[in-house]
Amino acid sequence: MSNVFIAFQKNEETRSIIEAILADNPNATVDDQPGMVRIDAPNTMTIKRETVEEVMGRRFNLQELHINLITLTGHIDETDDEFTLSWKH
Amino acid sequence: MDMKVAKKLGLKERYNLMTRDLDWEPSYQAKEAIYPFLEYEGIKIHDWSKFEDPFRLTMDAYWKYQAEKERKLYAILDAFNQSNGHLGVTDARYINNLKLFLTGVTPLEYMAHRGFAHVGRQLAGAGPRVACLMQSLDEIRHAQTQIHSMSNYNKYYNGFQNWRHQHDRVWYLSVPKSFFDDAVTSGPFEFMVAIGFAFEYVLTNLLFVPFISGAAYNGDMGAMAFGFSAQSDESRHMTLGLEMIKFLLEQDPANVPIVQRWLDKWFWRGYRVLTLVAMMQDYMLPKRVMSWKEAWEIYAEQNGGALFADLARYGIKPPAGWVQACKDKDHLSHQAWAVFYNYGAAAPFHTWTPSAEEMDWLSSKYPDTFDKYYRPRYEHWAEQAKEGNRFYNGTLPMLCTTCQIPMFFTEPDDPTKICYRESDYKGDKYHFCSDGCKDIFDHEPEKYIQSWLPVHQIYQGNCFGPDADPTSPDFNPLMEVLKWYKLEFGQDNLDYEGSPDKKNFEAWRAQATKN
Amino acid sequence: MQIDLRTVSITPLRQTFNHIADRLGGDKAASRYIEATMDVQANANFHYRPTWDPDHMIFDPARTAIKMKDWYAFKDPRQFYYGAYTIARAKMQETAEADFEFVESRGLAANFNAAAKKTALEFYLPLRHVAWGANMNGASMCAYGYGTAITQPCLYNGMDQLGIAQYITRLGFTLGEPSDLDAAKKAWMTAPQWQELRRLVEDMLVVKDWFELFVAQNVVLDGLLFPLAYQHVDNALQTQGGPVVSMLTRFQSEWFAESSKWVDACLKVGAGETAENKALMSEWTKKWRDRAVKALAPLATQALGAQGDSVMAELTDQFNARCNKAGLAV
Repeated sequence: MSNVFIAFQKNEETRSIIEAILADNPNATVDDQPGMVRIDAPNTMTIKRETVEEVMGRRFNLQELHINLITLTGHIDETDDEFTLSWKH
Repeated sequence: MDMKVAKKLGLKERYNLMTRDLDWEPSYQAKEAIYPFLEYEGIKIHDWSKFEDPFRLTMDAYWKYQAEKERKLYAILDAFNQSNGHLGVTDARYINNLKLFLTGVTPLEYMAHRGFAHVGRQLAGAGPRVACLMQSLDEIRHAQTQIHSMSNYNKYYNGFQNWRHQHDRVWYLSVPKSFFDDAVTSGPFEFMVAIGFAFEYVLTNLLFVPFISGAAYNGDMGAMAFGFSAQSDESRHMTLGLEMIKFLLEQDPANVPIVQRWLDKWFWRGYRVLTLVAMMQDYMLPKRVMSWKEAWEIYAEQNGGALFADLARYGIKPPAGWVQACKDKDHLSHQAWAVFYNYGAAAPFHTWTPSAEEMDWLSSKYPDTFDKYYRPRYEHWAEQAKEGNRFYNGTLPMLCTTCQIPMFFTEPDDPTKICYRESDYKGDKYHFCSDGCKDIFDHEPEKYIQSWLPVHQIYQGNCFGPDADPTSPDFNPLMEVLKWYKLEFGQDNLDYEGSPDKKNFEAWRAQATKN
Repeated sequence: MQIDLRTVSITPLRQTFNHIADRLGGDKAASRYIEATMDVQANANFHYRPTWDPDHMIFDPARTAIKMKDWYAFKDPRQFYYGAYTIARAKMQETAEADFEFVESRGLAANFNAAAKKTALEFYLPLRHVAWGANMNGASMCAYGYGTAITQPCLYNGMDQLGIAQYITRLGFTLGEPSDLDAAKKAWMTAPQWQELRRLVEDMLVVKDWFELFVAQNVVLDGLLFPLAYQHVDNALQTQGGPVVSMLTRFQSEWFAESSKWVDACLKVGAGETAENKALMSEWTKKWRDRAVKALAPLATQALGAQGDSVMAELTDQFNARCNKAGLAV
């Protein structure tokens, strides 16, 4: 099984996104670097719009991820409600 | 907000109607006339609609999010420039990384812009066309934000001022230039595998993440801002590259061996270009983030390994040069910096020998190789320099015909022996640094015999200004070439120690930190 | 009160890059547009010829019959580099978004005059395919053109056309149903009144000279189609049913006004360079104009009825006047 990862610029918005990811992906681990936060998870990781919205306290469009995204790996599946990275087929 | 169509339509259906549904089957012109370059590479596509769109951005969402990124980025750049942020970097040696970046990488971003415009016009599928055109747009962003963030450094430091002129002429800059020239002159599918996949997906993290983290470690907010901001687009680009390769492999089994050959070729071409990055990471960052070897292990071995494990189901094997590249990680940066130290008079940035403390760091990161093979060399050079015998190599190196790097790489299993390979073609002999570069040549000799090899060009007399007079008794060919490069001798080149950059930086910083 | 800002005052070694200083005639501070545009494209010592076009260099001024001493004479009066461009478009999309939301939230489409709605859907929706062709042509001009000063805005323009195709699609949803898009595509493919236009668009997709393509697309087809669609037809619909369609097509009318400034500037520079350029550009303009007028005439009639012919005649006169003012002889 391989890891997938995603990295964001470190700022107020991504603080909420990361909190949401950690809540929804119990296997995820965080690597804090200067200016950047990287999250790894075995095989798959899902970002849920609803969770991000709860943490942020406002509406959130998953496409807003683009603004602070730095890098990622794995296959992407994106709907209005979920953004998933995985090595599954 | 992205285009909000009737609520019942999901993101995918909506996007489909906003892009693919715009296309139609032409009947007044033949498809082959509209898309003339799709056959000659031998790739077979049966159903373009099977391509999965990586990210589903409509133009209004693209403008909105990208504008937000641009506003943030330029606000940081303005603040950085207004507050003389350049004086906050660890020390001015760091700035030489940026010189290498602007002269070597920024012009490639521009080439990517034009290359993706070409491919974004030529692919017959609406989905990949749109994704390629967005990438073309992103790539001009990268070229321009890099020019803008380095514009302020250019005002205070030497070696940036002739980036355009030098990219097309200077010996080591033909390495990145020929890499991209090779990609855009290939067919559209090979371009996608070369840049979209091999470079963007397999290798780009090695260029950007550690390097831009390096900017962060060394106090360069400006480079960090453009780097991370560019990287957010790269995520889209990497995904396009990955989707494209899956698409090609799934369309026809006959595509697999063609794609495998391209992967072998472009992994090796990209890896050779990253030689410059390896030496930046290990030698040029005053404060290091991680060694080249560590970056290679994380971003190539782990991440690339996961990818090739995934592609195995199509019958794709890791690229031919993979094993050698993994062996080389203990040697690459040390050998490269040694060569630049040698040719420090012929490059528009400064060189130095690592300090005692830096050598200890290198020993700890490279316990099997640094003390054994490389420390003695650097110590010897440092000693010689101290005694006033700083050695600058005044001769010209032999270049590899394919990657155009001087022939300094060693045999995969013998770090004390330079690796030489050669091929005969139409009565001429061609030289290579490695099996990888020889294989690339042997497969397409008609392409690589065209290479504009800087050393050959110098010997042929093509790199002197119009006022150079080779018959004059005091004619100095090296100085004439440097003039033609627009390299200011004693200002842009030679050691960091004693350079105007060092003097200025120290004086300005003293002014900023003392009364 | 005077505020004493204590910063370090250090004298820069230079103001800009040397190739920019050469352009400006001295070492002066340069705009972001200029630094990001001038001479950015490589122009020397290419390593290999394109396998897909071995008769040319990677970037080659010989891909058009137009000749220029300096291709960077084609500066964009809007001074668009990527940042300036996206920020300008983001503002326009914000307005468009507000307009669409207003129409949607107030149910204005449902109350829109039924005859006007039918005219609007039948006239506008197939135009999204025209914009799609324009997007491809913008990519062509950018890929095969010469010099960043002109290739850069060609891509921006092409991407704007993709945005326009998407706004028209959204107009279809707001005003009608997904099935209206299907009907429009069918009309585009088979209805007799659309075939001259489709033939024109397909013929443009195989034009090899990128500057001729610039003339055919940006000067001629856009120059005739946009005033027809977003002034005349829009006015007629406004009279019939109020400003709903004007709100849903505001992006296009604002965009055309802005883009035309750039297109006119290019015409002036290109035609002003030599008599040969002027003759060639004029000839291309006339050739494509005659075809475009013929292709648009049945659509003008479809949307405007008996007024169609006189509107086309008026548009053609205005178009000729615009071209002649920009230095052509048409």
